[in-house]
Amino acid sequence: MSERAQALLDLADDELVLGWRDSEWTGIAPSLEEDVAFSSIAQNEIGHARALYELAARGLGTTADELAFDRPPAEYRCSRFVELRLVPEWDQTIVRHYLYEVADGVRIEELKGSRDPEIAGLAAKIDREEVYHRIHAEMWIDRLRGSRESGRADAAAERLYPLALGMLDEALRPVFIERVAARTGWDFSGEATVARGEHDDGWEPLWQEMTEVRRSEPGAQW
Amino acid sequence: MVRAEDVWAALAEVPDPEIPVISVVDLGVVRDVEVGDGRARIAFTPTFLGCPALEVMREQMAERVRSLGVDAEVDVILDDSWSTDRITPEGREKLRRAGFAPPAPREAGRPQLVQLQSRIFRCPYCGSTDTRLENVFGPTPCRSLRYCEACRQPFEQFKTI
Repeated sequence: MSERAQALLDLADDELVLGWRDSEWTGIAPSLEEDVAFSSIAQNEIGHARALYELAARGLGTTADELAFDRPPAEYRCSRFVELRLVPEWDQTIVRHYLYEVADGVRIEELKGSRDPEIAGLAAKIDREEVYHRIHAEMWIDRLRGSRESGRADAAAERLYPLALGMLDEALRPVFIERVAARTGWDFSGEATVARGEHDDGWEPLWQEMTEVRRSEPGAQW
Repeated sequence: MVRAEDVWAALAEVPDPEIPVISVVDLGVVRDVEVGDGRARIAFTPTFLGCPALEVMREQMAERVRSLGVDAEVDVILDDSWSTDRITPEGREKLRRAGFAPPAPREAGRPQLVQLQSRIFRCPYCGSTDTRLENVFGPTPCRSLRYCEACRQPFEQFKTI
C-alpha cells in the first residue's frame, strides 16, 4: 500500500472509531444539549472518515465501505486513544474530546499544507467543520477545570494524555504539548505512548459490533 | 439538443432533501455543469461531509437531469470549494422565510465562541438581534440552536463554514 493511502487510512480509522464511541452518548448524555452535541459530532467524524476512505479508495481501486467495514481487525490502524470505551464517564469523555480536538487540529493543519492538492483540499474542508468541535471542546474543558471537580479532569488527563500523543507523528507532538499546556497546564509527555495500530482486548468486540450489520449481509446495497 | 442552461434550470427544481424550501442551486452545491455527446456531467460539492442528505441529493439531481433525455453523471468533489457563502441571496431569503436564520457571512477569521455568543444573529421570526446561543450543535450538522429573547422563540441558525 502506498504511503499516501496508509496516511489516509490512519486518519480515517481514528475518525470512524472516535465517531462510533461518541455516538454511544446518543440518548444518555447528561443533558439534552450534550446528547445533541455528541450525536452531531459523531455524525461529522464519521462523515470525515467516509470522505477520507473515499479518497483512499480511489487510489486503491476499492470502495469506502469496503475499507471501513471489510478489513480484518488487525489491519485497522486507529490509535488506542479513540478505541477506549468511556461511557458512562463524562469527565473522561470531555478530556478525550478536548485532547482529540487539539491533536486532530495539529495534524489537519499539517495536511492543509500538503503538496497533494486532493489531501490539502479535503483537509481544509474537514477543518471548517472541526472549528465547531474545538469551540465545544474548549468550552467544556474550561468548565470542567474551573469547577470543584477539576481534580477529576486532571486524573483523566494523566491517563489519557500519553494515549493522545500516540495519535501524532513525533514531529507534530511539540505543537500539541505546547497548546495543551497553554490552556490547561497539563504536560504528561514524559509518559510512554502507545503506537498506532497496537490494539488491546477492547478492540475485537468493538470491531465485531461496528461491522456486524455489514457482515450479516455481505455486499448489500443500502 | 440539451444545453448547459437547461441542465442548470432542471437542477434549480431539485429541492434540498432536508430543507425543501431551497434548491440545490440556491444552496450553491452545483459547482459546474458540462454537456456534450448526449451526456451531462455535474460537479457536486458536499455541504457537510457527514450530511445524510448527500446521497439523496446526488440521486435526485441525476434523475432530474436524465428526464431531459441525456445521460447524467454526478461527480462528488471532496475539496474546500463549498462554504456557506455560496448560498445565493435568494436562497438566504427562502431560508429566513421558512424560519431558518441564514448563515452569517464568512469572514477572514474562523468562527469563535465569543462571536457565537455575540448579538449579531437575527431572529428569523421577529428580526430582533436579542438572541442567545443555546447549543453550537443542532438537529443536523449544518445548524446551531438559538433562542430569541424578544419573541421568546427558539430557532435554528445555519452555521457559517
